[in-house]
Amino acid sequence: MKLTNQELNILAILDENHNVSAKSIAMQLEMTEENVYTLIKKLEEEKIIVSYPTLIDWNKIEGKETIVAMIDVKVTPQRGVGFNEIAEQIYRYPEVRSLYLMSGTYDLSVTIEGKTMQEIALFVSNKLATIENVVSTTTHFMLKKYKHDGVIIDGNEDKDRRMVVSP
Amino acid sequence: MSIDYQQYLSKTAIGLEPSGIRKFFDLAATMDDVISLGVGEPDFITPWNIRELAIQALREGQTAYTANAGLLELRQEISNYLYKRFLVEYQPENQIIVTVGASQSLDLAFRAIINSGDEVLIIEPAFVSYAALVTMAGGVPIRVETSADNGFKVTPEQIEEVITHKTKAILLCSPNNPTGTSLNRDELTAIASVVEKHDLLVVSDEIYAELTYDQEFTSFAAIPNMYERTILVNGFSKGFAMTGWRLGFLAAPQELINVMVKIYQYTTMCAPTMLQMGAIEALRNSSEQVEKMRQNYWRRRNYIVQSLNQIGLECHTPGGAFYVFPSIKKSGLTSEEFAHGLLQQEKVAVVPGNAFGASGEGYIRCSYAASIEQIEIAMNRIARYMESLARTENAALEIAK
Ligand SMILES: Cc1ncc(COP(=O)(O)O)c(C=O)c1O
Repeated sequence: MKLTNQELNILAILDENHNVSAKSIAMQLEMTEENVYTLIKKLEEEKIIVSYPTLIDWNKIEGKETIVAMIDVKVTPQRGVGFNEIAEQIYRYPEVRSLYLMSGTYDLSVTIEGKTMQEIALFVSNKLATIENVVSTTTHFMLKKYKHDGVIIDGNEDKDRRMVVSP
Repeated sequence: MSIDYQQYLSKTAIGLEPSGIRKFFDLAATMDDVISLGVGEPDFITPWNIRELAIQALREGQTAYTANAGLLELRQEISNYLYKRFLVEYQPENQIIVTVGASQSLDLAFRAIINSGDEVLIIEPAFVSYAALVTMAGGVPIRVETSADNGFKVTPEQIEEVITHKTKAILLCSPNNPTGTSLNRDELTAIASVVEKHDLLVVSDEIYAELTYDQEFTSFAAIPNMYERTILVNGFSKGFAMTGWRLGFLAAPQELINVMVKIYQYTTMCAPTMLQMGAIEALRNSSEQVEKMRQNYWRRRNYIVQSLNQIGLECHTPGGAFYVFPSIKKSGLTSEEFAHGLLQQEKVAVVPGNAFGASGEGYIRCSYAASIEQIEIAMNRIARYMESLARTENAALEIAK
């Protein structure tokens, strides 16, 4: 789909901060607020803007620590049951945070979030591995998140190191 | 015995006016939680690929001097860049010097062309260093005042009015610091005819060339017949977000460059080697990131111009750089009073317009090299400040009655 410059500019702003007000977008792009609303609605309807997730670092909150695992899944698609059907069986589980079809040595990349390692291990052995057509799973526990969706976690580059006033 | 240092100091040096910005900086620096629209440098950090190349250069042990004019490889890239972006052709071997910031390019230019008493026209409001640089080179800065009525654009008539037999050069800066004013091709061409008629040189400070928003940037050297008369000054500070690297460059006709290289080899030798390596990467592989920053500034400019006008601080829409220059005359205060009050009352730092010359009185410089969120907060605070000024005025009127 081809987008107009205005639409691309709106996406650029939302990509940086989805909390920005329509009024601010309108002023930044010299548009009316109504026009901004209409275009955002359109982009949402076309699923170009899919959602506005908030990136939360749960591990900073006592009692809310989470463990993340990325699991490589190999499957053998059967006649009449393509990757999409198998993928659906997997992504229906609320524990699954993301699911991608991959090229290379395995087929599906599954991200799972849980409170403990046992919880994740149980999910893999009881639910994932038992799905028909799933041939093998390899579980990688995530040890530390440095960057997520383009955002550096705990980066220190946001700090303004400039003098307050300069020529 | 106490020493009277005044008698030892150079009269020229003592005579230099202290920078109006410095005074304001000293005040703002003592305060916490200031939101600053007073910063004359990008809020972006230098793109990573550029930093990485400089780090690699250090790792490799690139710690020796380079040629006086800079690494030939870098001059080659500068030559390509000037041709590709602005259609001006300079030979890397003998027409380009890599300097320690555009600041030093300006200094070299004036040292190379000024004889004692030569006059250089400076279009005000202007970058704070210009007059001092001319003075230190033994010249006499002649100020040409522009006004908000035509968006601070200098006209050929204004220039012609002050030209004397001592006039040697005009210093042009487009896009301008502090007004953001950009001169288009036609306006530059009109100035060029005066330059030619009076047989002058032009020192063209094009440091904000990358940050032009509404129309394409035109280099003064690209105006017909002006190539031979132009000393082109540019650098990495603003467009590439590399202020702290202190890297700029000069491009000019060979005979001028020869003299400047001679001065440079005695004063500086060369710009830092490992940083020059980073600059090569800046010119080779950063155009996308530069464009992204430009888009960002463009959006902020639109936002801040509308906000200021809504608050009642009238300003024109500047074509480039990252400054707006709104009028504060409505407040009834001087630029300095306004800026001090704003800093003290609302902790927003801006620069009083008179720091850039007498014609800047009645204005303030707001830099939008700050995030939209910061600008938004600053605008709310300025609005509140304006309301409080109006209230005090009303109260005073009541008492007078
Ligand atoms: C108009 C103008 N020229 C030159 C400079 C100096 O740039 P550099 O950092 O390259 O010395 C500045 C910096 O503020 C500027 O605004």
